[in-house]
Amino acid sequence: MKKNLMKMNKITKNNLITYGIVVVAFIIMQILVTSGNISSLLQGLLVPLCVYAIAAISLNLVVGISGELSLGHAGFMCVGAYASAFFSKAVGEGMPGMVRFILAILVGALVAGIFGIVIGIPVLRLRGDYLAIVTLAFGEIIKNLMNVLYIGMDSNGLHFSVSDAASLNMEADGTVIINGALGITGTPKDSTFTIGVILILITLFIVLNLIHSRSGRAIMSIRDNRIAAESVGINITKYKLMAFSISAALAGVAGVLYAHNLSTLTVKKFDYNTSILILVFVVLGGIGSIRGSIIAAVILTALPEMLRGLSDYRMLIYAIVLIAMMLFNWAPSAINWRERVKAKFKGKKQKTDKKEAA
Amino acid sequence: MAMLEVSNLSIAFGGLQAVDNFNLKINKGQLYGLIGPNGAGKTTVFNLLTGVYKPNEGIVKLDGKDITGRSTIEINKSGVARTFQNIRLFKDMTVLDNVKAGLHNHYKYSTVTGILRLPKYYKLEKEMDERAMEILKVFDLDKEVNYLASNLPYGKQRKLEIARALATEPKLLLLDEPAAGMNPNETQELMDTIRFVRDHFDMTILLIEHDMKLVGGICEELTVLNFGQVLTQGKTAFVLNDPAVITAYLGE
Repeated sequence: MKKNLMKMNKITKNNLITYGIVVVAFIIMQILVTSGNISSLLQGLLVPLCVYAIAAISLNLVVGISGELSLGHAGFMCVGAYASAFFSKAVGEGMPGMVRFILAILVGALVAGIFGIVIGIPVLRLRGDYLAIVTLAFGEIIKNLMNVLYIGMDSNGLHFSVSDAASLNMEADGTVIINGALGITGTPKDSTFTIGVILILITLFIVLNLIHSRSGRAIMSIRDNRIAAESVGINITKYKLMAFSISAALAGVAGVLYAHNLSTLTVKKFDYNTSILILVFVVLGGIGSIRGSIIAAVILTALPEMLRGLSDYRMLIYAIVLIAMMLFNWAPSAINWRERVKAKFKGKKQKTDKKEAA
Repeated sequence: MAMLEVSNLSIAFGGLQAVDNFNLKINKGQLYGLIGPNGAGKTTVFNLLTGVYKPNEGIVKLDGKDITGRSTIEINKSGVARTFQNIRLFKDMTVLDNVKAGLHNHYKYSTVTGILRLPKYYKLEKEMDERAMEILKVFDLDKEVNYLASNLPYGKQRKLEIARALATEPKLLLLDEPAAGMNPNETQELMDTIRFVRDHFDMTILLIEHDMKLVGGICEELTVLNFGQVLTQGKTAFVLNDPAVITAYLGE
């Protein structure tokens, strides 16, 4: 029983360290920003850093915890971004900025979550590579649908079209909100670094608490062995769908943050390259390691910009860092070495503990 | 009344009649053995009993209730738990979490309760921990609670699988070759454990086994399967001395 309690503490401690890293990083960045020790370029990157961190955490829920490969996460970001930007534009100055943005986040998460359920029901019947390919296809479908979608609003209400803005047939007072390939322009720029970090913390809170709960255990048991999970009475469809839709909703939140950071929102950003990029963060940070996802997302997003001074060698160094991180995380000899260092460190600590006790 | 009553159970895979007209009756508290040469259809019977396969014909009654053709989850909920021939643990989860996964349907709180860490979460998690530790202690696994299941030695992995199955609070426990790959000492220990489980948890146990020492040592009654059909049934000593059984195992 005592050991048991110690384990609980270990999990809580680990989670607290993760929250702590985010908070400390935030404080350091804030100090740098206020003291002016940071380039405007990097300052512009602060919100995208949060976007990618949230997206990486959410994808890790599917890839690391649920054990399914999804290549369509940019699609869910896209849904979240468009739904929330549409909401913000439609409401306009109708309510105070902060309230509007909080509601926009909820709208984005909700719509992306619903998409997650709708897409998840057919898609989660597949496994492994097949699932990956189908999610990739769904991501592209979402992107292409948004690309031809026109929505306008006038005194009669909303008008939809999939051909062009003229066929919306609006009154003279109407405005086009979603303008096909031109996307949404003039979204209020509500996203700030502070809000981004708060959203990271909320995402962490949801994901970490989910993992260490009854539902999280069910999700992980399905990942480890479906047949055994079924044999102890765990509903496979329910828990896989739960992980997938929660992940989609959180990706939607990342999309909301992204949409409200730029005045122009188009679908170009949400192609499969972004899906793959998020997957790279997850794999590099360590599949199943939530903390690793954040760190990898931050390093790999900031690195190309910070290396801008090296011009021609920039992508070369980026690639080398990718390879080095991959080796450090996953090469068997590197894992052994890390374990040894850890053991040594622990041994020392125990010795000092004993001394103190004596 | 019989805890498990199986009548005329049959299944065919294509042209192969894997199980043919299988009958079985196990009373409450019995330790029952299912033996037979390789490929006789023993594991197929287990898969039929637990809903992995749907029978073409026949009825399975658990404690008087018809559970034929139900899903694996429903059958587990109505009181049948099993282990597997090739160990199927949740290998990247801790020993404790493996058992707690088995407690899934007995300590229920919603996902929202879990995420928001409402008081119910702490209360039920504590109860789960206590119950899981209780079960693990029976199997002498209480010192390894924080190990990953895949890091346990083979014999303990087998035990953990039984512990996880027991966590679902079954009326009937199905063990598929529990002694496979164990050395004589471990087998002896396992026999004691199985007997203890039967007495301590008031369990009915049906087991498949090739180790005749174990079968002869703990099973009260046996059914012998050969080519999907029941060869003979009855008291252990009687069955093991049946010339037909010896022929089936050793050949003419």
